[in-house]
Amino acid sequence: MDESFVRWSRGTKRIATTLGIGVFFFLYAPLLVLIVFSFSGARTLSLPIESWTLDWYRELAADEDLKRAALNSLKVAAAVVPLTLLLGVPAGYALGRFAFRGSQVVEHLLTLPLMIPGIVTGLSILLLLKAFGLPLSLWAVVLGHAVAWLPVVIGQVMARLSRLDPLMEEASLDLGAGYLETFLRVVLPNLSAAVIGGGLLVFTLSFDEVAITFLLTGSENTLPMQIWAMLRQGVTPEICAVATLTILASAALIALSVRLGRR
Amino acid sequence: MAVIFLGPAALYALVFLILPYANLLAYSFWKVENYAVVRDFNLGNFQRAITGSSYLPVLGNSLLVAVIVTAISAVLGYALAFYVAFFTGRARHTLFFLMVIPLWTSFLLRAFIWRLILGREGIINSGLSWLGVTDEPISVLLFNRFSVCIALVYVFVPFVAIPVYAALEKIPREAIEASMDLGATAATTFRRVILPLSIPGIVAGGIVTFCLSFGDFVAPALLGGPSGLMISSVIITQFGSAFDWPFGSALAVIVIVIIGTAVILARRLERRHG
Repeated sequence: MDESFVRWSRGTKRIATTLGIGVFFFLYAPLLVLIVFSFSGARTLSLPIESWTLDWYRELAADEDLKRAALNSLKVAAAVVPLTLLLGVPAGYALGRFAFRGSQVVEHLLTLPLMIPGIVTGLSILLLLKAFGLPLSLWAVVLGHAVAWLPVVIGQVMARLSRLDPLMEEASLDLGAGYLETFLRVVLPNLSAAVIGGGLLVFTLSFDEVAITFLLTGSENTLPMQIWAMLRQGVTPEICAVATLTILASAALIALSVRLGRR
Repeated sequence: MAVIFLGPAALYALVFLILPYANLLAYSFWKVENYAVVRDFNLGNFQRAITGSSYLPVLGNSLLVAVIVTAISAVLGYALAFYVAFFTGRARHTLFFLMVIPLWTSFLLRAFIWRLILGREGIINSGLSWLGVTDEPISVLLFNRFSVCIALVYVFVPFVAIPVYAALEKIPREAIEASMDLGATAATTFRRVILPLSIPGIVAGGIVTFCLSFGDFVAPALLGGPSGLMISSVIITQFGSAFDWPFGSALAVIVIVIIGTAVILARRLERRHG
């Protein structure tokens, strides 16, 4: 694709550029505000900023509840990622490569949680756990997150498969390899970008999730739940410091996924 | 063969997705007596949701917020994707990267930022009084429908921009070139060539935005005052302090029906224009 082929008039170009940069400003100015205020010395977050400090980061480092919550979030994400990959990668392969009756229905059903608000999905799992007398815990959160983000992995795998030549698989089958061997040795190596991309996306989504976690967690807090509790107590610069760190972490994760995807 | 690959995921979805939704549906037809759930089939919950004075307005407000947010996010997301896809040359990949980053940062924090910006002592008010423009803080900025909408638009613009960008990237440049060579203006080319070919992207992003903003509870809880009350907060109350699970389930079922209808309508629109 080379846009120099298209001769947009100068006026069109000016309008499109103004609008595009305007939207970028809308997306990034608030993030910048958060980052700047995380270094502000005042307790209230108002202009003008009169002094600068690193105290809020020091306070974060000393906040045991917050660290524990972050660790819980890591634990949940560390369980959700392999679970969704183990279930989602083969499922995406089946839906992308085998035409069978009802495959569309199954695909739609599996994608339901992407449309239905997390609060509704969380509630229905909550009711089911109560019906079986199972306790709320981080494990319940893992179950909920896996249901919610399974379609993300399936979608990534199917998108990648549609760009992959099925002749390779046919060749493998013709040469005497079974379906399982073909999947493991021909398909899976070609899906590595989708697996890594899907895994990282699920990790971030799970790490950030509020609605399902809010309903299914027991006494343990995850990082977003802890931030939620802090927010309800009032706006503090400490939250800006947490936000700055999460923005940095997300940017690093995307850079990582882009780099791994290119390989 | 498909069974072996699909089986585990299908089984998992059956137990933790289909069964819970079915259970929710069953609950919506039951009722509560003396703090206990009575498994007696009745339509009382739905009747109450429709006749009760407070539920329809909240549903209406959620619907209104979802429509406003979807419309504005679609326009802003489209403008962003259009700019990045056609006017950024070599910087395109970097700018696409910048389009994706907000999507990966915490939803909670991106909604919260607006409290910082719009609050009584927030950036706008303190900035304006610092500059001497205003004496009194403007209080209409926060804790209403406006603040909920602006935060949700902020969150959902990338959700539209990314699928639209993907659709725009797929349009053959020769098609645009041909249209221009044949004498069409940029506006006509946009309306007759580019826009129709990017509708699948708009629909995909629009559906997600509509569904997730309709059922969101973070933005209304952080930024909505009484006028920003949305259905998910009411549902949560039924499971918490009100302790009426069947009624809460009925409201949840209504949410699913509204979302389902919206998705079907959008898909139909897509098929007609696609």
